[in-house]
Amino acid sequence: MSLPPFQRLVDAHWRDVARVAHALSGSGDAEDVAQQAWTKALAAYPALRSATNLRGWLLTVTARCAVDAHRAGSRRPLPVAEVPEPTGPASAGTTGPDPGVDSTDGPVWDAVRALPERQRIAVTLRYVVDLDHASISRALGTTPAASRRLVSDALATLRATARPLEEHR
Amino acid sequence: MTGPAEDPLRAALRGLRADVSPPLIDGGDLRFVVEDTPVGQLLLAARLDGTLLTSSFVGDDAEADSLLDRLAQRVSPRVLRGGEVLDAPRRQLDEYLTGRRRAFGLELDLTLATPFQRLVLDRLTREVGYGTTVSYSGLAVALGRPGSARAVGAALGANPLCVVLPCHRVVAASGALTGYAGGITAKRYLLDLEAAGTAGSPE
Repeated sequence: MSLPPFQRLVDAHWRDVARVAHALSGSGDAEDVAQQAWTKALAAYPALRSATNLRGWLLTVTARCAVDAHRAGSRRPLPVAEVPEPTGPASAGTTGPDPGVDSTDGPVWDAVRALPERQRIAVTLRYVVDLDHASISRALGTTPAASRRLVSDALATLRATARPLEEHR
Repeated sequence: MTGPAEDPLRAALRGLRADVSPPLIDGGDLRFVVEDTPVGQLLLAARLDGTLLTSSFVGDDAEADSLLDRLAQRVSPRVLRGGEVLDAPRRQLDEYLTGRRRAFGLELDLTLATPFQRLVLDRLTREVGYGTTVSYSGLAVALGRPGSARAVGAALGANPLCVVLPCHRVVAASGALTGYAGGITAKRYLLDLEAAGTAGSPE
C-alpha cells in the first residue's frame, strides 16, 4: 500500500471539499471549515492504512469539521447573509440545471442547515458530492440501510419545507 | 419517495457550486515546485527545514508525477506544492543558470541516492570544480575503482540533484558530450556557461 502525494488529493478534490463545507456551514464559515479539514487531513494522512476511497475519507473529514465548527459556534448569533463573491459567467463544471446556484444562500440551503445533524450530513454527502451509502455510513458510524433512511427522511423534510419557500421567493 | 427524473430538489443539491480558490495549506513534510529554467523543467523538492532532496529534469507531467510518487513512498506522502522553503534553491539556481553564481550554498539530502551514488557524487563535487570536466573513467580512477566507469556513468545518470551536483561536468574520454538527464543541449548549455564564467567576461 502506498499513498499518493497529498497534493494530488488537493488538486483532485478541493472543489468538492469546498462544496461540502459550503453546504454544511454556509458561505460565512465554509472557508474556515475547509481550511480546518485540509489541516486535519494532512495531519492524519501518513497513518492511513488504506489508499482506497481517499475522496470519501477527505469528504468525511470535511463533514466532521463542519459539525465541530457548528457546535463551537452555536453560542454565537446567526451570521448575517453574505454578499456572494462575484463569479465568472462561464464557470467550468456546472453540474446542475440552474447555473445561478453558486452559493448556499437561499431557502433550500437554509432548510438543509435546519435538518438534524445526521440527516444533514447524509443528504449532503449523498447528493452534493455523490458519495455512496457505504461511504456515508462509514462517515456516520452506521449501516448503509440506516444511511439510506437518513437521506430519505432528509429529502422528505426538505420537500416539505424548502419548496414552498422557493415558490414564494 | 419516487420523484420525477428531473427532481428539482436533488438538482439544486447537486448543482451547488462553491467557486473559491484552491486552499493554501501550511506544513507537510515536503514542498515541491516545477521550475522553468533555461535548461528545461526542473522539479525541486525540499524538506520543511530547507534541505533539498531533488533537482530533477521532468519532461512532462507524467515524469513529474512519477517522481512525486517516489518521494511520497521514500520520504513522506505529505507532499505539497510551493512554499518558502523553496525560495533559496530557486534563487540560487536562477543565479547559477544566469552566470551569477558558481557554487551552491544549500543543505542537500541524498535520501534518493544509493550508497555508491553518494560516493560518486561526493567525489565529483569535491574534485571537479566549476568550468572543468572529467571523464567517466577519470572519475572511476579518482574513486579508486578504475574498472567501474560504466557504474559511475549509471550512478551519475540517476543523480537526484542535477545541476546542483554537477554531473554535467562528466564527459566521455574523447571529450564528447554523452547522455544527460536534461538532454545534450542542456549539458552543452551548462558547460558553455561555466566555460564563459571561467574565461572572464563573456563579452
